[in-house]
Amino acid sequence: MNTKALALAGVVLATLAAPALAGETFDAVKEKGFVQCGVNAGGLPGFANTDSEGTFVGLDIDFCRAVAAAVFGDAEAVRYTPLSAQQRFTALQSGEIDVLIRNTTWTTTRDTSLGLNFTGVNFYDGQGFMVPTNLGVTSAMELDGATVCVQPGTTTELNLADFFRANAMSFEPVVIEKLDEVVEAYVQGRCDVYTTDASGIASTRSTFTNPEEHLILPELISKEPLGPSVRHGDDQWFDVVKWVGFALLEAEEKGITAANVDAMLESTDPTIQRLLGVDAGMGEALGLEENWAYNAIKQVGNYGEIFERHVGVETPLGLSRGLNALWTDGGLMYAPPIR
Amino acid sequence: MTAETRDDPRPSPDFAARVAGSLAWVRNNLFNTWYNALFTLIIAWFFLNVLPPLFDWMVTNSVWQTDDPRVCRDAAGACWAFIHEKYRFILFGTYPYDEQWRPLLMVMITIALLAASCDKRTWRFIVPMWVAGLTVSGVLLWGGVFGLTYVENLRWGGLPITLLLSVVGLAVAFPIAVLLALGRRSDLPVVRAICICYIEMIRGVPLITLLFMSSVMLPLFLPTGVTIDKLLRAQIAMIMFAAAYLAEVIRGGLQSLPRGQYEAADSLGLGYWRKMRLIILPQALAVVIPPIVNTFIAFFKDTSLVLIIGIFDIMTATKSALTDPHWRGFFREAYLFTGVIYFCFCFFMSKYSQWLEKEFSKGRRH
Repeated sequence: MNTKALALAGVVLATLAAPALAGETFDAVKEKGFVQCGVNAGGLPGFANTDSEGTFVGLDIDFCRAVAAAVFGDAEAVRYTPLSAQQRFTALQSGEIDVLIRNTTWTTTRDTSLGLNFTGVNFYDGQGFMVPTNLGVTSAMELDGATVCVQPGTTTELNLADFFRANAMSFEPVVIEKLDEVVEAYVQGRCDVYTTDASGIASTRSTFTNPEEHLILPELISKEPLGPSVRHGDDQWFDVVKWVGFALLEAEEKGITAANVDAMLESTDPTIQRLLGVDAGMGEALGLEENWAYNAIKQVGNYGEIFERHVGVETPLGLSRGLNALWTDGGLMYAPPIR
Repeated sequence: MTAETRDDPRPSPDFAARVAGSLAWVRNNLFNTWYNALFTLIIAWFFLNVLPPLFDWMVTNSVWQTDDPRVCRDAAGACWAFIHEKYRFILFGTYPYDEQWRPLLMVMITIALLAASCDKRTWRFIVPMWVAGLTVSGVLLWGGVFGLTYVENLRWGGLPITLLLSVVGLAVAFPIAVLLALGRRSDLPVVRAICICYIEMIRGVPLITLLFMSSVMLPLFLPTGVTIDKLLRAQIAMIMFAAAYLAEVIRGGLQSLPRGQYEAADSLGLGYWRKMRLIILPQALAVVIPPIVNTFIAFFKDTSLVLIIGIFDIMTATKSALTDPHWRGFFREAYLFTGVIYFCFCFFMSKYSQWLEKEFSKGRRH
């Protein structure tokens, strides 16, 4: 599509004109008193959407709020710039936003030639499968001979074929171009399985009359690590956004929640003491107040709380932690030691 | 009215005669030829098959009020409760919830101004009227004075954005378009070349490309740290686009005038600008009212393209309302609601243009 080509041209130009904002972002953020956060304009259920009162909510939004809480002690010190997929990188490169948290996949080209620095992963997405529960299937390895509904011309279709070939299984593709039609085909029972990115499957399932009759299988067959990014040139700001993310993970690992964070200030665990600033040093290293992580956890919650609040099993999306569980629970979420 | 006329002594036509009369009407109008009869039957069959289920969906089986989306999902009909839940978001987007009386007032002011502008008597002070109206609207939306809290324009959304983009877009584009049209027919070669270049360049690319240019490319050419407001960038792109199209419509009007009008103006000894203002433009613009309004209507709907640059006009807000994980899947209701709003504005414009045409053609009727 020509819109895509245009956006690409813009991005290439941006790289040529590489804005030199070395060290300036963090100072500028502190000076203006709020974080300008680029978020998904169209809305992605559970990640960045608006509630009935027009407030942005979601997993990505809470990461914006956590950064604001760590920098300013106030999770509300954030302004959102709604961005379309084509605009997002230019907005970051031109300095219109300070941080981009817009379900963006971490890839080599984006991390290098596009001039972005990914600060970590806040959601491991990937292509998944949904089946009706009455099929009795609980693992993708049991799908031999299944008919699979899939949209054509995407990497989704390729991944699907690769997965089945690699596992020496056969499948019958039902290829339908439009999203609502392919979903309709699945609902009508024209295929046993529907496949696309797991977060997309979850939001599709939440529109069903009986979502509990459909199961998202635990296997993900492609890598779509989504995470916040900042632009090249300000390592200090990069560190701040990166370690806010790690602090949320560390808090979950240590059992620190928004509710018990005050009690945790009394903890004798040296890691908790360093994280919450009882034992000073980390805040200074980052150029923040010593209670930076305390503020983020107190006002936004730890990673697990954020996850369960917006996309977890109790929400309409009903996603289980899967790859997004802590490493101690068999997931991929892992924070380097805070010391 | 006097009592005599009401006590009309003539007998009212009796029932049989009336039935015979309407049967005759049906025969003459619906079944006068075999193919008309066929069309009548096909259309009647179509309505009989479509209307009852539609009525059931919209009224009989619909859910009007509930806080629980599951009640809606179980119902066979429309979920108007979704609109009830989301109408404020669709209309006003991410504008702070407690302050939404401000955009509401702004919309009412704009509609009142539009309605007032329809009356010929207000035309003498139309410019100050709009300047005052838009200033008040701006103060209302931005705030920061008179005890109103400041609301940055990234948070504006919904109908005010759609109205702002289209009304300001057209209001600013129109005078530019007149100048461009005159420039294109000018005797000065440089002016003519510039106008032709501008018009053809803008008309040669889709609006979506212009919006992309303003939103994605422009920031890269500016010195670092300098950012022009996103909404302003979109507004400028819309103005540039509308000006080029309107210019061509107006040029059509200019060309339709007989040569004699120009010569008559010259023979009166009028200068160029007075000739245009007093003689040529009033006639040329009157001729092209229908195509101008056509452009207006198309432009009003084109504002929904700002969706792709992440501005919360009413269309973006509608789409965004549909992404609330608790209220997923009620897209029929949402788009119907927004469609009705678009229809009201466009229908009003086309009705007004018909009236305007009649007004202007009065002088030319022989």
